[in-house]
Amino acid sequence: MHARPDLIEHLPRLRRYARALTGDVNRADDLVQDTLERALAKLDLWQPGSDLRAWLFTLMHNLFVNQIRVRRPQETVMEDALDEPVSGGQMEALDARDIHAALARLPEEQRAVMLLVGLEQFGYAEAAQVLGVPPGTVMSRLSRARERMRAMLAGEPAVKLKLVK
Amino acid sequence: MTDDIHEHELHAYVDGSLPETRRLEIEAWLATHPEDAARVQDWIGQNQSLHAAFDSVLNEPLPLNLVRAARRPALPVPFKAIAATLAMLVTGLVGYAIGLGSVEHAPAAPSAYLARDAAIAHAVFSPEARHPVEVDAAHAEHLVAWLSKRVGTQLQAPDFSAQGFDLLGGRLLTGETGPVAQFMYQDKIERRVTLYVRRAVAGNTETAFRHAIENGVDVFYWIDGDFGYALSGQIGRQAIRQLADAAYRQLVTASATP
Repeated sequence: MHARPDLIEHLPRLRRYARALTGDVNRADDLVQDTLERALAKLDLWQPGSDLRAWLFTLMHNLFVNQIRVRRPQETVMEDALDEPVSGGQMEALDARDIHAALARLPEEQRAVMLLVGLEQFGYAEAAQVLGVPPGTVMSRLSRARERMRAMLAGEPAVKLKLVK
Repeated sequence: MTDDIHEHELHAYVDGSLPETRRLEIEAWLATHPEDAARVQDWIGQNQSLHAAFDSVLNEPLPLNLVRAARRPALPVPFKAIAATLAMLVTGLVGYAIGLGSVEHAPAAPSAYLARDAAIAHAVFSPEARHPVEVDAAHAEHLVAWLSKRVGTQLQAPDFSAQGFDLLGGRLLTGETGPVAQFMYQDKIERRVTLYVRRAVAGNTETAFRHAIENGVDVFYWIDGDFGYALSGQIGRQAIRQLADAAYRQLVTASATP
């Protein structure tokens, strides 16, 4: 048997990430499909033994970024410009459970970091590799994303939690 | 007490990526710095909310077009045959998608698909660091009762403590033949194995103990009465075999006792 990796086992997590990233079922699955096509076309470039999942997420990230550029050039604003504090006058505090709306309001770069680390459980170095940015950038984006999210979800904590590990 | 706590270390604390000694230092810091503690608490809550909102995607049946896309450069056989084969191969996760098409289910040994589906479910969920299970082992009774009710038989989570594996918990999955229960176990060095239980395809009376390797995952599986069982892991064939033997003994003994 040739050792061709099976992409199917990665589908559920690619779909989860795409769903959270795009906020839309169909757009998410289109993104997954594009990612699979790209992956199969470039499979020779993947190093057997290296992390196939991280490689697939990298492909997906690049496709996502390209889509954003093509679809909404006028809305592609520099991250810092978008990163003003959310003031009460501009925006109602979101329901603490409305994580979907809060995610949608994060700049794409911050949303990606937030999801790769908080949902997909990539390490910081891995996330940096997936996004093609230095680890320090991952940390600063993560920090901004979480603070921004806090401001949006201000009020009651989303879930009462014990501080364990 | 050190005052030298960096912002990124608070994040690393939330993401579980600190060495143990540093983790304890951060914990001590947080105990005396309520503002930082509140931020950290909120960040943890954010991660929890993300999982609560999106983990269900993991258990959705896979759309057939994605399954096809993932498998495209297959053997050059007629397309319909490919589609039928693919559909059968991934039945555990694409049940609904198949139902939409007119793909006929081949009558070939369904137990092979049991191994295949179990291995995929193992590969999907066992690497989850923080949310590998829906219900954890602290609520074992509830877990077993809940999964039993959904799967439609009195289930039992085998005890692998003699083999060094403790129950982590379980989750409910969707399969072609209805709900599927997955129990997950972990040993001291955090190796994981999963037991996958679902209703067997009607008319299937195989009971033999079988072994398969699916994408590097060892699977031992068997049919007992109306149910198929598969134990999956990447801990070496012998080790999995021992666990599967233990599961088989415990479950068959249990079901033989009225």
